[in-house]
Amino acid sequence: MTDSALRELADDPSSRKRFFKMMGGAGAVSAASVFLVACGDDDKKSTASTPAAEPAAKNPDEDMKGDLEILNYALTLEFLEADFYKQVIESGIVKDPKVGSIAKKFGQTEQEHVDALKATITKLGGKPVEAPATKFGPTLEKGLMAVLETAADVENLGAAAYLGAAGGIKNKDVLAAALSIHSVEARHAAALNQLVGRGFGGKGGLKGTVPDGAFAKGMDMESVLAAVKPFLA
Amino acid sequence: MASSQLVAPELAAIKIEGTTREAFLIRATLAAGATYGAMSATPFITRALAEGGGGDVDILNYALTLEYLEAEFYTRGVAQVKDLSGDEMKLAKELRDNENEHVDALAATVKKLGGTAAKKPMLDFGGAFASRAAFLKTANVLEDAGVSAYNGAGPLIESVDVLAAAGSIVQIEARHAALIRLVRNKPPAPLAFDKAATMDEILKKIKPFIKS
Repeated sequence: MTDSALRELADDPSSRKRFFKMMGGAGAVSAASVFLVACGDDDKKSTASTPAAEPAAKNPDEDMKGDLEILNYALTLEFLEADFYKQVIESGIVKDPKVGSIAKKFGQTEQEHVDALKATITKLGGKPVEAPATKFGPTLEKGLMAVLETAADVENLGAAAYLGAAGGIKNKDVLAAALSIHSVEARHAAALNQLVGRGFGGKGGLKGTVPDGAFAKGMDMESVLAAVKPFLA
Repeated sequence: MASSQLVAPELAAIKIEGTTREAFLIRATLAAGATYGAMSATPFITRALAEGGGGDVDILNYALTLEYLEAEFYTRGVAQVKDLSGDEMKLAKELRDNENEHVDALAATVKKLGGTAAKKPMLDFGGAFASRAAFLKTANVLEDAGVSAYNGAGPLIESVDVLAAAGSIVQIEARHAALIRLVRNKPPAPLAFDKAATMDEILKKIKPFIKS
């Protein structure tokens, strides 16, 4: 990686602001703000005057409860990812500057996902879950390659988790936010797959750069949580 | 939907706070008209609308048009770019095959929903195949645009099944974007939150390649 590319990695402006702007209603896809929806009955009435907004939401409270569950599920995974990168960087196991800058950048991004999801859950009237206690020691002891492979696995899982959960999200703004994170997890997954030398996919599992071929597969919550269990203390 | 309706001034006032795809398409088309002249509100979108069965079909035809563009881009690139490395050629072929599968799947889905699949536009990629660097740069633009196009359209999709299909494709577009970016020594995931583009934003990006 060239110096300029590294600088670009380091100097990338915080996109958290953009996330909140998006959540706050800029653009055609998120005009009805999550924050408005979160502001209680009065605001619900005013958004209800918007034509065709959430016609399927027969029970808004149930829908919101479901969305909050999904957001907390996503938050748990992001906590896990952010903590993993943090521990990897602190361990000093990564010596290569290119790999180091990727780990740092990806870790920062996961932390931004954590912050944004926590804020969104709170705005929607929910309670963000606590960060889970993690157990990455055994992975770190196995060396750099095992660490990068685990990073790739976790990112592939993250992408599959968001894809699997997307269909269950009722609020369109929450969906927009989840999609904007989903494709970033996919980028991370592809880059790490490439970094650890995984070839092109179509072979199934989580073992290729584009592991599922032309169509990515989602995973349900149960399968994802089972897959990350070894990393939970 | 006739194109004359699309440029009717009263439609410009349509509220788009909701999630109606029609409003999305109309607004995007009007915006394109404002940018490129009302008469030229990009024929391929007008055609996609005319051929669409409404609802998710319109969004699928929009996606199909983007996939036609990407598939054709890689098909020509593989044949014409002279200085790709072995690995880069392998990547280009893999991406070409993925995009062709997306085209087939989207066209089949449109038909299944009772719509008429948008026709492949006439395309011209200019000097994109003159060199490895030009090819990879254009690939980068197309893949990043593809990601933001799907992310923008996703919340407008009504059917959970169509959303699942679009999600399964956008994840692949995002992987493509990351891989092309790595080849270019660019950060694979420059943003913590990928953008969600409106159709008019996408149109501006791809207009140079659409001849009709």
